[in-house]
Parts: sequence; structure tokens; C-alpha cells
Amino acid sequence: MKEIVVISGKGGTGKTSVTVSLAFVSSEKTVLADCDVDASDLPLILKPETVSQEDFYSSELAVIDYGKCTDCGKCFGICKFNAIEKKDGKYYINSLNCEGCGYCSHVCPSEAISMVKQKDGVLRVSDTRLGKRLFHAELGPGAENSGKLVAKVKNTAKKYARENGSDYVLVDGSPGIGCPVISSLSGADLVILVTETTLSGFHDLKRVVELVKKFRIRMGCVINKADINSEVCADIKEFIGSEGIELMSEINYTEDFPGAISSGLSPAEYSPELKREFESVWNKTMKLTGDK
Amino acid sequence: MKIAIASGKGGTGKTFVATNLASYISEHESTSLTDLDVEEPNSALFIKGDRIFSEEKFKVIPEWDRSDCTLCGKCQDVCNFHAVLKVKNGIMVFPELCHSCYACSELCPYSSLPMKPVRIGTLNHYRKGKLDFIEAKLDIGEEQAVPLISQAGDYVNYHLKNNISVCDCPPGTACPAIESVKDADLVLLVAEPTAYGFHDFTLMVKAMTGLKKKIAVIINKSGIGNDDTLIFCEKNSIPVIAKIPHYRKLAVCYSKGELVYDRFGFMNSEMEKIYSYIKESAE
Amino acid sequence: MKIAFTTKGKGWDSEIDPRFGRTEFIFIFDEDNGETESIDNSGVSEHAHGAGPMTAQIITEKNVQVLITGNGPGGNAERVISSAGIKTFAGAGGMTAKQAYDAYKKNKLKQI
Repeated sequence: MKEIVVISGKGGTGKTSVTVSLAFVSSEKTVLADCDVDASDLPLILKPETVSQEDFYSSELAVIDYGKCTDCGKCFGICKFNAIEKKDGKYYINSLNCEGCGYCSHVCPSEAISMVKQKDGVLRVSDTRLGKRLFHAELGPGAENSGKLVAKVKNTAKKYARENGSDYVLVDGSPGIGCPVISSLSGADLVILVTETTLSGFHDLKRVVELVKKFRIRMGCVINKADINSEVCADIKEFIGSEGIELMSEINYTEDFPGAISSGLSPAEYSPELKREFESVWNKTMKLTGDK
Repeated sequence: MKIAIASGKGGTGKTFVATNLASYISEHESTSLTDLDVEEPNSALFIKGDRIFSEEKFKVIPEWDRSDCTLCGKCQDVCNFHAVLKVKNGIMVFPELCHSCYACSELCPYSSLPMKPVRIGTLNHYRKGKLDFIEAKLDIGEEQAVPLISQAGDYVNYHLKNNISVCDCPPGTACPAIESVKDADLVLLVAEPTAYGFHDFTLMVKAMTGLKKKIAVIINKSGIGNDDTLIFCEKNSIPVIAKIPHYRKLAVCYSKGELVYDRFGFMNSEMEKIYSYIKESAE
Repeated sequence: MKIAFTTKGKGWDSEIDPRFGRTEFIFIFDEDNGETESIDNSGVSEHAHGAGPMTAQIITEKNVQVLITGNGPGGNAERVISSAGIKTFAGAGGMTAKQAYDAYKKNKLKQI
């Protein structure tokens, strides 16, 4: 069973459109995971029907039990996040500022402060119109994103894939270079980088390649909107060549991408030409993850 | 007046709007532009000014001092982020996991974990005419964006006295985005009227409303999708103050790092509409 | 020598888990007395952050000298592992623990 993770560094390069197109052309038993939990978009095209769901608890917030509180103010004295406010001699937690460190709970002489786990989001398992199962999650606004939630989505997907003899787990990764991306990457057999021919896109591509290199995972690249800037396109090709990254596809800007999305379809379903292109990318994916 | 340029989805055009808007306004009055998308800051590709200040940015984390340590393990017990670990021959601190709460340092009975500064990124201050441009960039491998976003915000508050401050925010609705809009008087959401864009846009509206922020909407790549965004804004009484058309030439200029507000008449008008709205809101 | 494997299940036939920090199980084999032990690591995965160092702490407390895994531990976990003098061998992804052990003995795994 092979794990393929699609990431981009920069947002808006077409990562989700590429992932959903690959989902369409991929082998029948492919399992899908949407790890872009901050703004999960695969469901918009895949029209999932929930099979099961689970609340996700991660961050903690301090809560004062006023039955025990003696207004000593020790908590106020040590909080580094301005999360404890003093008003008329009494103390209150500002939950927006509370970092969940628990320092106050350790120093309170009356043990009046407890750390309570917060529901940060929901994990879902769904059936999709492609006949492939989707594992995804939604994070509440302002909630702390984390490797944990991403890992949970992936683990549940992988467990199911194993139990059902699926060959592939296809993951829509998180944007950026922080903790959630790192969690998206860990355990991957292949990372597909989706980039665009803009200075911003190239700049962010370099940053994300540096990150993936630390994990020694094989990389492939899809250059989307390739014809917007031929100079940047050439620079990107030179860069990926020098890094030993396989160029998997070069797709010129086409209205078929937004057209497909507006119609609720993946670009591969919308355009026969794109279907052929993505089938070729999928073949390369199978080759790159095959036996070494 | 502090303006945050934000969005739910990445790639809607925040940097495009922020750089062009700030440059446009700076032709009329003193303005600052701060790039708070510290994981992937791109505004510097578009604003070419003179660098007038640069500094490394730090956060403080505990550093083990073995002299009086008895390996009691209290530090590991009080750390809620698993950033401090007692191993066979000492105490290990994991800088990227540390939230700088000081608990281990201040609760250690033997003062064996003094707090020391560690670099997390850089802050650069550029000037071009009446525009002050601040870029904060997170070092690769550094996991937490929030401490740097917060420090960049502090820098602007303490050192800059511009009339109008524009912030290019990170995408999404998680901690970094929330931190970047904290001080804003007005949040301008850049919406891309496609299915993904609309979905993420509604999440962002919910988040901003939850924070009791004043919001207005700029529709970018207008014409690429459908009217769901417009209908939603109308239904929820959210002002749509500008519409930038889906025009390939704009993308080409963007791809080269070029500003467009003074190259296309329609761009100039849209910037003017946004500027007027900002001035009205200030009263 | 005591050897730890990151595995997806219990015992010699289970597949190597390519991840370290959030590996499902830790399988330990003591070459000196032939004893084996499977530790359920799912508790570590429950934590939002710091999975790598925590898993590393578990193997150091078991006095393991060699670690066999798939992709290799991340930076934080590596710090804990090297501080205990444990040698790490990667590249066992896709193998069973038994196959990985054989590969290790034949010097076919990459020491990192």
C-alpha cells in the first residue's frame, strides 16, 4: 500500500484540483484523505455522504472553579499570555488568549483551576460519488491546527486501506511549511508538488522542497498554469531538475479548471484532454511508487 | 486605522490586493504594509523599496543548566506541550514545541531551566516614498507562526506612525490568521467566486463575525465562477466594496512581480473605491 | 543487543511502519535471550505535538541499542535517540519485521 501526498507551499496553485482529478483517474480501490483540515475542499467535488463521524479534542483551556477560588491572584501573576484578567478583585479567564499551557493550574493553591479539553473539530468518514472512501475533517475557526488531527485523518484512512486491500492512499496535504504539512508528509512514499509559474509560486516551492528533503521522501512536480510566465516556467524546470525531482506534468492555464469546479466536477471529468493528462500523471505515480 | 486583508482560501489574491492597495494609498498619505503571512511572505516580490532596518526575531525557550539539576522530572510533568523531556542523562528541550509559557523554568526547584532567546525568523523594514513595508519571515523548520506574527504587529505598533496600516494576512482560519487580524479595525476579505473559494469564504465570515470584526468584501477574479458569493453577501448585509475582473493580463503581471494599480484604469478605480470605503469607515 | 522496530502490528510478521513518532507499535527483540515484546504506541499518537520525542523516550527506557524503521525519525526524535547512543537503520519500509531483521543482519539497511 503506497501513500501519495499532494502539497503546494503556496495556496491557489491548483493542489486540490489536481488531487481530485487524480482521485478520479486512480485505481478503483484508492482511498482518499483530505488533510487540508483548516479549509477542507475535496468534499465540494466528491459530494460525500457521511458514514461515521467523531468529535476531535485537542487543545485545552483553563477553567476556574469559583467555589474553590480564594481570589489570591497567583494565576494572574504568572500567566504569560494575558489570559487572566482582574476585575474588581476577582479573576477571569480570557479564553481567546488562553494558550492551554496549564501553568496556572499548577500554581493555584486551592486547586481551583482545571484544564478542560476543547472540541476543536470533527473527523468524518464518507462515501463519495467516485465509489472511493474519503477521510476528512473540519477544524473550528481559531482552533489550533496540529499534526495530531492530520495524523488522525491519515491513520484512519490507512487503516481502512489496509483492511480493504487498497493499493493507494491519496492525500490532499496542508498548505504552508508548518506543523500540519510535516504531519501530512510523514510516512509518505511520494510527494507531488503542485506549483504555478509565478514568482510567488516558485519562491514557495523552494521553501517546501527544502522541508520535504529533510524527510528524504521522493518528489514529483506538476507545473500548473504553465504558460502564464515562460521564464519562470523554465526556472522551475531547471530547479526541479537539479533537485532530482521528476516533472510529472506541465498544464497550461485553462478555463476548464474553474469551469469544472463550477460544475461540481474534477477537471479530469470535465475535459477529455485533461483526463488523458491526469491518467499520465497517475501512471507516473504508480511507477514512482513501484518497487525500487 | 488598521486594515487586515484576509481570506479563507489560499490563492484568492490577498497579496495582490494588499500590495496594490497599499501602494495606491501611499501616493495620497503615509501608509504601511505588513506581510504577516510569515510562513510564505510574498509581498517583497512586489514592493521594491530601500531597506532601512533589519533584525532577527526571537522567542524565549528554556535551556538546561546541569549544575544543580537532580533530574527530578518536574519540568516534564508541568509541560503541557511535551517540549521538555527527561532522558537518561539529562533534560531535553524541543524548541519548536515550546510555547514559552515559562512553567518549567519558574517551577523548577533548582533553577535549572533558565529562559534563553532562540531565533525564529527575521523582520525587515523597507521604505518607498510614503510607504513603509514590513516583512516578517519564519525560518524553515520553525513550526509556530503566531509568535512572529505577534512580534511583527508589536513592531508596527511601537515604531510606525502611519495614518493607514495594511496587513497581508495568512490564509485560513487557524491560529496564524486569527492572530493577524486581532488588532484590525476593518477586515477586508478577498473572495474568489468559485466553489472552493465560496466555501472557505463562508468559514472565514463565520470566524470574523465570531471575533466581532467589521468586515467588507473584495471580489477578485470576478467572472471566474458564479454569483453565490454576491448573493451570500447581500443576504447577510456584508458590503461588497470592489470587484476585480478575471483578466489574464493581471495574472501575467503578478507572475512577474509587477504592480498593476497604475497600469490599468479599471484597477485604479477599484483601488479608489476601496480607499474611499476605508476613509468613510474611519469616521 | 536489543533491537526496536516500528511496526504496524504485533510480532515478526507485522509490516514495518515507515513513521517513527506516530508508529502504531514498537516491537522489541532481545538478541541475547531471544525475548520479544510488542508495545502499543497509540497513546502517543493521541497527543497533538511531540510524538517523536515521546516514542524515542519509550525506546531509550527499554535500553534498546538499535532502531530499525522506514523513513527515519524526525529531528526532535533523532536528538533523543542519539543522546542514548542508539543506532538507527532506515529503509525497511514495506518489509515485515522478520525481513527487516534479516536485511539488517546482511547490512542491507542504511544507517542514518
